[in-house]
Amino acid sequence: MSAKKTERLLNLVICLLHTHRFLSVQEIRDAVPGYASDTEDAFRRMFERDKAELRELGIPLETGTESQAHDDELGYRIARRDYELPPISLEPDEAAALGLAARLLHSAPLGSATGTALLKLRAAGIDAPEATGALEPRVGGNEPAFEACLAAVTVKQVVRFTYRASGREPEARQVEPWGVVWWHGRWYLVGHDTGRDDTRVFRLSRIVGPVAAVGPEQAVTPPVNLDLSALVARMAGEEPRATAQVRMRAGAGWALRREATGCTPGDDGWDVLELGYSDPERFADRVTGYGADAVVLSPDEARDAVVRRLQALAS
Amino acid sequence: MSGSLARLPRLLALVPYLLKHPGVRVADVAALFEVTEEQLRRDLDLLWVCGLPGHGPGDLIDLEFEGDTITLSEPAGVTAPLRLTVDEALALLVALRTLAETPGLADREVVDRTLAKVEAAAGAAAEPSHRVEVTVEGEEQVLPVVRQALDASLRLHLSYYVPGRDETTERDVDPLRVLLVDGRSYLEAWCLLAEGVRLFRLDRVVAVTMLDIAAEAHPEAEQRDLSQGLFRASPDDTLVTLALRPGAHWVADYHPCESVEQIGDGTVVARLRTPDTAWVRRLALRLGDSGSVLEPPELAEQVRSDARAALSAYSA
Repeated sequence: MSAKKTERLLNLVICLLHTHRFLSVQEIRDAVPGYASDTEDAFRRMFERDKAELRELGIPLETGTESQAHDDELGYRIARRDYELPPISLEPDEAAALGLAARLLHSAPLGSATGTALLKLRAAGIDAPEATGALEPRVGGNEPAFEACLAAVTVKQVVRFTYRASGREPEARQVEPWGVVWWHGRWYLVGHDTGRDDTRVFRLSRIVGPVAAVGPEQAVTPPVNLDLSALVARMAGEEPRATAQVRMRAGAGWALRREATGCTPGDDGWDVLELGYSDPERFADRVTGYGADAVVLSPDEARDAVVRRLQALAS
Repeated sequence: MSGSLARLPRLLALVPYLLKHPGVRVADVAALFEVTEEQLRRDLDLLWVCGLPGHGPGDLIDLEFEGDTITLSEPAGVTAPLRLTVDEALALLVALRTLAETPGLADREVVDRTLAKVEAAAGAAAEPSHRVEVTVEGEEQVLPVVRQALDASLRLHLSYYVPGRDETTERDVDPLRVLLVDGRSYLEAWCLLAEGVRLFRLDRVVAVTMLDIAAEAHPEAEQRDLSQGLFRASPDDTLVTLALRPGAHWVADYHPCESVEQIGDGTVVARLRTPDTAWVRRLALRLGDSGSVLEPPELAEQVRSDARAALSAYSA
């Protein structure tokens, strides 16, 4: 943006903030330097572009007419109460919490919005210290689909994208988006899959290509009292389907032991653990890593999966 | 970078900021708004010629310079910053809610108070933020103790599980900082056992105790540069070559590799360095027939004998 244009837009904002009544386009042209010298057509086009730019920045341009008596041209003003950040003051401990929070998403895709938000609050007189030192958070990946999904969730707009579910060919999906969630180091989109007519959770890194917004904004109604994180944990995580019994050498396998639902110590230096699992192959992956320290006793599907892995390796 | 605004929104924030901070140093303002001093002076020059309709002497934004400080004496009606946009409100509120939900990061009651105030100031722009959630595994048993020790500069005793050796180790550490990376929390600390900086995954801390011993300063401690990823390979580490079939491709995504090469039929050859070949033996066992160790040959042989030993328990 040229300095001349920035100057014109700033003067326009100041002018429209200052006025209490709606100013006609002609009055604006007379009052704001930078508009006067052009032809009527050129001025109109420039003014249209300027209005769009101000709205883009979130500046609330109000349109209306002063009287209903005659067919006045639309006028413009900026209502101060809609423009201004309401007064806010934070105690020192609250300002410190804000600084820490801003740091939390610093590297996330939301990072730049965090920075500009903080600047506005500082301009409102809040002295949020830069949190440094003891806490170094890195939250949020950079999945290409994030921005489009966030935008759709924000304006409640249906989206279409190609999705590659684990072990399947990519498929076209249409989703009424309810929310996006960062869980266990990944971004997920939660919503109603209209093709499957059911609730689905999508890992953003598995979205192939662009995310297209479809239809009008405000077209999605997320369920009330929706617990997004719990939904993702339930649908993206693993619900145990069966229980295995695993003989584990005493002192070994702490990571498995902490998940065990039961542990029966034996007198031979071995314990028997009870472990829930959903997929025998993935369960076998984990157990096989303990080598001779872990032996699956039951069920057969888990035992066989481990034996198959070991046989492949032993030959 | 993160705080830099485009020029018009920057000017609209700059005016109320200067109004609230009379006599502020030009250099400090430039740093805060993440622009050069030169750019800031150009911004101020521009403000100077803007103002209320009429644009007479009393209508313009007015600034007074004194030495390297600046005071804004006439804001031309721009007395408060613009409201937060939906994205800005969302970023701050989601961050604050994450802070509130993760035990041990901050005082919950303070965060809740802050959240209420920011939410009120954001007004209608706050609404979409309820549809974005960020969860961090804080390890609620461990993180509060670690944070407390950091705040008080005290030494910690850790019982720490080392998966490569499948054993729990006991050690004293002087905590340096907590890292939250990709949903996991870590403690970076000077380990007295290893006499060096080590990274501890909090979900592998079996037990933690704060000791009544002041943590020592370790000027030789070098904090890792996170921009290079969390883990650094050392040239002294063993170079391991793995053949990964489709079911094991995740290994190459998950661990930093020196090279990753497609060799046809869906197999990927990955070369990585590790100080801990016991970890690779366990990895190779869990991969079963979807992955195998190519180099070094003695490691491949160890995996074979590990598998035979494990298999004997099933044939007995």
